[in-house]
Amino acid sequence: MNDSDNSGTTPRPMLSEGGPWGGGGSGGSGGGGDDDNPWNQPPRGRAGRGPTGRSALDELMRRGRARFGGRGGPEPEAGRFVLWAVGGLFLIWILWTSTHQIEPQQRGVITRLGSYAGTLEPGMRFSFPAPIDIVTKIDIEDIRVKDIPEGGKTQNLMLTGDQNIIDLAYSVRWNIRDPELYLYELAEPDETVAEVAESAMRAEIARVALNDAMGPQRSQIEARVQQRMQEVLDSYRSGVTVQGVAIKQADPPTAVVEAFKSVSAAQQQAQAYLNEARAYSQQLGAKAEGEAAAFDKVYAEYKLAPEVTRRRMYYETMERVLAKTDKTIVEAPNVLPYLPLPPAQPKPAQP
Amino acid sequence: MNVSDNIASRTVIGWAIAAIAAVILFSSIFAVVPETKQALVVRFGKPDTVYNAYRANEDFGKTGAGVMWKIPFIDQIIWIDKRVRDFDMERQSVLSTDQLRLEVDAYARYRIVDPLRMSITAGSERRVEESLRPILGSSLRNELGKRPFAALLSPERGQVMDNIQTRLNRVARQYGAEIVDVRIKRADLPDGTPLDSAFNRMRTAREQEARSILAEGRKQAQIITAEADAQAAGTYAESFNKDADFYNFYRAMQSYRMTFGTDGTEAPGSSNLILSPGNEYLREFRGRR
Repeated sequence: MNDSDNSGTTPRPMLSEGGPWGGGGSGGSGGGGDDDNPWNQPPRGRAGRGPTGRSALDELMRRGRARFGGRGGPEPEAGRFVLWAVGGLFLIWILWTSTHQIEPQQRGVITRLGSYAGTLEPGMRFSFPAPIDIVTKIDIEDIRVKDIPEGGKTQNLMLTGDQNIIDLAYSVRWNIRDPELYLYELAEPDETVAEVAESAMRAEIARVALNDAMGPQRSQIEARVQQRMQEVLDSYRSGVTVQGVAIKQADPPTAVVEAFKSVSAAQQQAQAYLNEARAYSQQLGAKAEGEAAAFDKVYAEYKLAPEVTRRRMYYETMERVLAKTDKTIVEAPNVLPYLPLPPAQPKPAQP
Repeated sequence: MNVSDNIASRTVIGWAIAAIAAVILFSSIFAVVPETKQALVVRFGKPDTVYNAYRANEDFGKTGAGVMWKIPFIDQIIWIDKRVRDFDMERQSVLSTDQLRLEVDAYARYRIVDPLRMSITAGSERRVEESLRPILGSSLRNELGKRPFAALLSPERGQVMDNIQTRLNRVARQYGAEIVDVRIKRADLPDGTPLDSAFNRMRTAREQEARSILAEGRKQAQIITAEADAQAAGTYAESFNKDADFYNFYRAMQSYRMTFGTDGTEAPGSSNLILSPGNEYLREFRGRR
């Protein structure tokens, strides 16, 4: 119905959105084209036109009043508002996506339409806005730690060079050296590091004997694994630096751990034997030296007066011996004793 | 709805549709090839060109990554990974020449170097992996099976891995792939008897070590004791040998005191002495004659 007379005209105000309507709004009277008529003319003037026209006008009036009442100032048109909003959003978008705060431990990798276009150093950095440049921030200082086995609960058995089995737990520390290589070169860089670590550690353990792996060669093993890992990762161009490998635990498997304990028990026992022997040796040596020294002293005296000393010693000894014993003296040539034999237990019974 | 609004919204919708159409058209002509992918353009179902194809050791930023264009609806893009990918092998049981079993886990790293060939022969990276996986397994078994068990653990393994890689690479070429690396991740004794017997061997070896340590300890202790005895004997001899007769007397005196419990120690047993008046000690007892 009314479409016919409006459809030809309405596109114009829409196209010139800032135009006559805005002017009309601010001027209050407005001069514009016939499209402004509905605004300037009182609604009743056009009321006769029909219900459709009226409804359109009513709607306009309603909106107009709402705006006047709301702001009391000039009334911007809806389209313009949208334009501003879009423009504003666009600006914010450009600002938001073209400035980058890169933290000291980070690097920002720029891809310009898919292609690598450089790395942003820390600080406030700029790039083209988003669909063109995309910046991926990557933490390169953060040392990542990979524990093998994960969680450290299960046994991680490995074959050693002398065909024994060792239970080994270790961790690998690594970080990113070249963010662009890290991002683009490997499909799964983190898993790759773990797999390379496992492979390198097993290859290395297969070269050393069990006892060396458990004890003295640990640090050499760690160093060689680190070196081997780095070589392999470099050959993949992974952009990763291995900071270190640490063997946390290198034990015999639980199934044979008792036997290993018996070895250390045997070592302790052997040490105990040696200690006892040394104690005996010292004791005996001291005793011998003491007795020899005593003899020497007495002998020195004895040499001065052999006969007298000998007799003195004899009597002294006899005195002490006989004083403590029961004595019976018997006349030599087969007759009666001087004294009766004492009863079987002559000594006073011990208390 | 009033008319002008209706129309306004219609125009907005119109613009939006136009914009969307433009975006669709734009995106169907142009595509962004990232650094991590190779783009294979298929025209009328026939592979045509490759964008951002892999070249060895190229620097990022100078690769073919970037914007490419194609004919909408006629050209189709197949994305193919440009990165190094990996696949794990099923755990293999390998029998060495000396009839010992070893469970081996291995992985291979590869990359697609010829996307055209790859798309014709395999179609996708996954299919390449599925085709190569059994070959990795069989060449691993073949190569490791030629060697004694000890060699599987030794540094010689590097040579084995190179052979496997060469073999695998020959096949991989047919799929437009290149094997970057083949590595044994783990090589373990199988669970059950082999592992148990290995544990048993370790256990007995330790027990033997324990015993030999004990025996060695005892031996050392005996040597120390004997040395001490010898040294003491030497000390005694050196001192007592000055006068054997006096030593005899001196030692006898000590011995008497000891046996009769008069040197401070409590000698066990009691003593009764029956003396003959002719005894040396009683010589003076009778008075001089």
